[in-house]
Amino acid sequence: MSPATLIYKGVDMPSHDNAFFATAKADLNRRTLLKTLGIGAAGIAAAPLLAACTGGSAPSGGGSSSKSLTFGSNASDDVPKRAYQAVTDAFTKKTGNAVTTNVVPHNDFQNKINSYLQGSPDDSFTWFSGYRMRYYAGKGLVAPIDDVWEKIGGNFSDAMKKASTGDDGKMYFVPNYNYPWAFFYRKSLWAQKGYQVPKTFDELKTLAAKMKADGLIPIEFADKDGWPAMGTFDYLNMRLNGYQFHLDLTAHKESWDQKKVSDVFDTWKALLPFQNPNALGMTWQDSAQSLAGQKSGMYLLGSFVTQQFTDKAVLDDIDMFPFPELAMEGMDAVEAPIDGLMLSKRGGDNQAAKDFLAYMGTPEAQNVYASVDPSNIQAAKGSDTSKFTPLNKKCAQMIADAKSISQFFDRDALPAMANNVMIPALQSFIKDGSVDVKNLESQAKALYAAQ
Amino acid sequence: MSSSTQTSAAGAATEAPARNRRVRRLTGRDRIVLGIMVAVPTLIQLTLVWIPTLLSIALSFTRWNGLDLADIKPAGAANYQFVAEDYPPFWPAVQHNVLWLVFLAVIATPLGLLLAVLLDQQIKGSKIYQSIFFTPVMLSLALIGIIWQLFYNRDNGLLNFLLGTAGTPAAVDWFGDSSVNIWAALFAATWRHAGYVMILYLAGLKGVDPSLREAAALDGANATQTFFRVVFPAMRPVNIVIIVITIIESLRAFDIVYVINRGTNGLELISALVIQNLVGEGQVIGVGSALAVILLVISLVPITWYLARTFNKGAAE
Repeated sequence: MSPATLIYKGVDMPSHDNAFFATAKADLNRRTLLKTLGIGAAGIAAAPLLAACTGGSAPSGGGSSSKSLTFGSNASDDVPKRAYQAVTDAFTKKTGNAVTTNVVPHNDFQNKINSYLQGSPDDSFTWFSGYRMRYYAGKGLVAPIDDVWEKIGGNFSDAMKKASTGDDGKMYFVPNYNYPWAFFYRKSLWAQKGYQVPKTFDELKTLAAKMKADGLIPIEFADKDGWPAMGTFDYLNMRLNGYQFHLDLTAHKESWDQKKVSDVFDTWKALLPFQNPNALGMTWQDSAQSLAGQKSGMYLLGSFVTQQFTDKAVLDDIDMFPFPELAMEGMDAVEAPIDGLMLSKRGGDNQAAKDFLAYMGTPEAQNVYASVDPSNIQAAKGSDTSKFTPLNKKCAQMIADAKSISQFFDRDALPAMANNVMIPALQSFIKDGSVDVKNLESQAKALYAAQ
Repeated sequence: MSSSTQTSAAGAATEAPARNRRVRRLTGRDRIVLGIMVAVPTLIQLTLVWIPTLLSIALSFTRWNGLDLADIKPAGAANYQFVAEDYPPFWPAVQHNVLWLVFLAVIATPLGLLLAVLLDQQIKGSKIYQSIFFTPVMLSLALIGIIWQLFYNRDNGLLNFLLGTAGTPAAVDWFGDSSVNIWAALFAATWRHAGYVMILYLAGLKGVDPSLREAAALDGANATQTFFRVVFPAMRPVNIVIIVITIIESLRAFDIVYVINRGTNGLELISALVIQNLVGEGQVIGVGSALAVILLVISLVPITWYLARTFNKGAAE
């Protein structure tokens, strides 16, 4: 451990000398252990920790008087990157506080979040609502921001506030934007063939059969990457068993080995013949092209699908409808994952970082973001919707009307459950329509117990 | 620094008479140098290989979320039981690793040998061919991904285009169809492995004493006989290296399936499962460590065999 780290820790807890040494020792042990974890994990997991040991954290570890902050961003794609750049620029212009942004490739950021938060994280960072937020909040790796919410609370709906609250009742998250999952389709194709928007699941099946007869792939589908199929699972689950069951199942308060879950897969089986049979070899981008090329009738995906339609004529021709009702709660539940910002433990001591989060929670800042990246819906009430396309307006309306908002399976569930269990299970279900819920339950039991 | 200078000065003083008695005696300085040369690699080996290995083994008997040391809980053999009984990708992964080994041993390695033998003849542009066949070994992961994507893509890939099925419903989904994607991946692996084996055998062939061939020719052996009865056995050291490389390559095969679909849907491999469980958001340290230990135990078999051979040979000499 370098002196720099010791001093920094010393500043942190000046009045608990004994506790401090105990922590330092525990830290050292943990570091030694992590440093040597083995396989490729060792290097990746240890790098930030080693950086912490060599005083990489010194410059911005100053304390509350700091007038600058660091911002770890997973917005590595061009458009979101420029959008966050616009926000930080506007913040600096407004307050004079400098923001240093560290952009990390989207998937890397997510994959290394454990070691990132334990190492020397930036003051503020991009993250998601859902289990992914509550888990790190529960482990004390992020800072509560109730004082920030006192300022921005009025800007958000109750659903948004609920989605920003940790298990301990404190606030941890500032929503920036979200995007709904729905069926997208090309208006011109539907008008030409005389298709009607289905209101119920049976109508959806009838429509799909008609499309198949017309030589189309009725429901576009891609699952090479494993996660897109979770959207179909979530909607079927919520329409069949309700929103609360979705939450309880993803939190593993409900067993997987029960009729309600097998019913979801049985219902899905009726839809499988209408989904693109080549799904397992396709990415969602491939599927988006297929929809744009009028080879398929409709596509259940997040509204980010529109990013793929670079041809304005195609983009203007896209419309959407919510997942039809099936057994419960009509169309009340909407899958609309929320992206936003959080503060690291260290960022909690930096007033500038708190100011930055408070700024992000205003319609003003979210408008700045949306002016560069208009593919999402701002989360704050009173945001500027005048530049919305009719499609965006519809998406925003759908979210505003929702009684409950789910975050998508891999954000609502334990990440290991989503990645290691659901992806192979869904892919094998897509392949041959078989699923072993008993095995899902035994896997879930083992994985949730390890947390 | 000053102390070591003194030591060496003292060493130099006693050196002159000592040299007369026993020429090979090490001086104090030699001892220090040798000590450092042995200690540093040992230390590196210890910190980078042995400690992580032992910790992995220890962690495989625990449940841990990877955050706080206090969260480590003993789990007995539960992780191994989970892997063997409840984790569906595990047994397919074992099968795929075995298939990988057989394929490399039966197809890729002999192909590399064939290439080496062909290029060892005095043909024009041999160096160019060598470079071409060796290139895949040097390419980065990302590039390999792009190359095979171009080749295997269902709608506009080269392979389906050549088969005349591109864009039709009959097009083979080389990456998505779990009954063919393992073969597509094995083909890509062969493309790399053969180049690797070729270079090693080329070096081996150059090292074979030409007089052996001449003697065989004088005794009336034809080219095939000369190769299999004389040249190939003479390359024994290279053969052993190649066997070990083939086994190890098949165990650590990872990158190609990872760029295709991260080792899911018919492309499960133990190494990919280890990575999925140890690195990233889906981290389950206990299960990941258990998988790593299983892979280690399997790897130890050929490594032990190789080392035992090498040491026996050393002892015999």
